[in-house]
Parts: sequence; C-alpha cells; structure tokens
Amino acid sequence: MTSSPQPGIDLATRTEALESLLVERGLADAKTIETFIGIYETQVGPMNGAKVVAKAWTDPEYRARLLDDGTAAVAELGFKGPQGEHVVVLVNTPTTHNVVVCTLCSCYPWPLLGLPPSWYKDGAYRSRVVKEPRSVLAEWGTELGADVDVRVHDSSSEVRYFILPERPAGTESLSEAELAALVTRDAMVGVAKVPAP
Amino acid sequence: MTAVVHELDVEGPAAPPRANGELVFDQPWQGRAFGLAMALTERGVVAYDAFRDHLIARIAAWEADPPGDEPYSYYAQWLQALEDVLAEQALIATADVVARAEAYAVRPAGHDHGHEHGHDHDHHH
Repeated sequence: MTSSPQPGIDLATRTEALESLLVERGLADAKTIETFIGIYETQVGPMNGAKVVAKAWTDPEYRARLLDDGTAAVAELGFKGPQGEHVVVLVNTPTTHNVVVCTLCSCYPWPLLGLPPSWYKDGAYRSRVVKEPRSVLAEWGTELGADVDVRVHDSSSEVRYFILPERPAGTESLSEAELAALVTRDAMVGVAKVPAP
Repeated sequence: MTAVVHELDVEGPAAPPRANGELVFDQPWQGRAFGLAMALTERGVVAYDAFRDHLIARIAAWEADPPGDEPYSYYAQWLQALEDVLAEQALIATADVVARAEAYAVRPAGHDHGHEHGHDHDHHH
C-alpha cells in the first residue's frame, strides 16, 4: 500500500506530476490522454444504449439476439470497448423490474452508457439499493406495486448488466430514432422507467 | 481486449449525454486522472483488471476507515489506485510522484507551466 497524498499537495498537482512522469517515460502521451477524455465526455454517452433499446423495441429479431448474447448484439451496432466486453441484457416488464448496481466499485457498461453518474458511484446508492430497492426506486419516482418482482443485479468485471426498459404506451407511431430520443440513462440502469412522450 | 472506442459510430441527432446528465467530472484533474488510466489500459501498459483490483481495494479501505476530515472522493481513490498499480509493476515509484508533486507545489503562483490543459473540460448544466 502506498501512502495517502501528502498534506499540502492537492490532487490536481499530484495528477499533473503523475502525468508528467508517464509522458517522460514513454508510458503515455498527452494526445492519447486527451482523446480518451474527449471520447467519454462528449461522444460515448447514454445515446448508444438508447439506440440499442430503440432497435430492440422495433426489431423482434434484434431483440432476440440481444437477449441471447448482449455483447455480440451491441457490437453489431459498433458499440464495444473497455467495460463492454460482457454485456448481459435484462428485460423490464409490467411484472418484473430489474435494477443494476455495482456494490464493489462502479462497474458500468461504458460503451453503452458513457461514464457512470456520481450517484452510481456513491456509497449510499451502492448499499441501499441492495437492502431496500423499493424505497430507493420510490425516491427516483419509480413506484412499483406489491405484485411487481424487484430484482437487483450486481455488475462486476465478469458481467455488465444493461436494462431493456418497457416501451412506453402511445409510442406506436414513432420511428426508431424518435424512440431512441425518449430513452434515458436512468431507465437503462433500472432506477426509472422510460417516460411517455 | 483492445479498446476500440474511438472507432465507435456515434453520430446522430441526439445531443451528447447532457440531456440526462450531470457533471462527469467535478474538477479538471479528475478528467486527467481518468484519461491517464484509460490511455494506459488502452496501450496495454496496465491491465484494466489489475487497476480495478486496486480501485476496489482503495474504496474498500476508505469505507472501512473513513478519514474524519476528508470527504469521500471517487477520483481520489482512482488516482491512488493508478499510482498503486504503476508502483506494483515497477513503472513509476510512488516516491517519484511525491517528489515531482512537491516540486510542482512550490512553483510560484501564476507560473506558466505550459501544461494548462483540462480547463476546457468544465461543463455546465
């Protein structure tokens, strides 16, 4: 174990020091670092996952492939990369509501959803959703009847869970792109439902 | 295990994740620390799983004995895990990081360190 950062040295300075050493020793270059920050901040986001959901809603054969082998089906749309290697898709229905957590750290299907939001990494969510999922979901505005089976899934390095939410009523006439615009990150983590348009 | 994120087809009319979003990084250094880890794992300098093991250990250690005077910071754990895995693999000794950081910390205010990236990573709600 290494020591904690020294008092008086802020983490920004420490990060800068680490980066300069990595660049100096040829272990990383600034351009690659910038590239990754840019990709995750601006390009990869929940819209990738939303496209997967919209396609599954409109294409029954794709839906079947997605449930059979999530990793392969999302790769069909070009979504792959670190933390996207073992995607398992769970279907939310009127009688079964799945919600995802990573109790150990913050495992999350980055290529589909981008970087995890702060609440997903927060200790309160990570412990409470396991113990009292209905209360946590209610706080998100997701009220579930007593007849609904609530299942909590713990993502890990082996499996990254991804939720296929219910398609909201009144969306029969929408195109795949219009449907994708409705799908929220929170619905694909399972803390919320997709709102009707 | 090659990262191919930059080959993703991510065009489309939907706006970037801000619509659903909140800040990805609270401060620019967090984005730098994130980018460092991704660049190192992408190039295979560090295995992602090895890094993740240290991240889990750091988070667990913090939660087991939270320092009273310090709020939890995910990216503080992230940065320390990155230092841990680099030290473990004898790539960068932690003492070297500390020495470099101490040298940077005493730079005069307003210095031009020609290294001022990160400021464009601020977001707005």
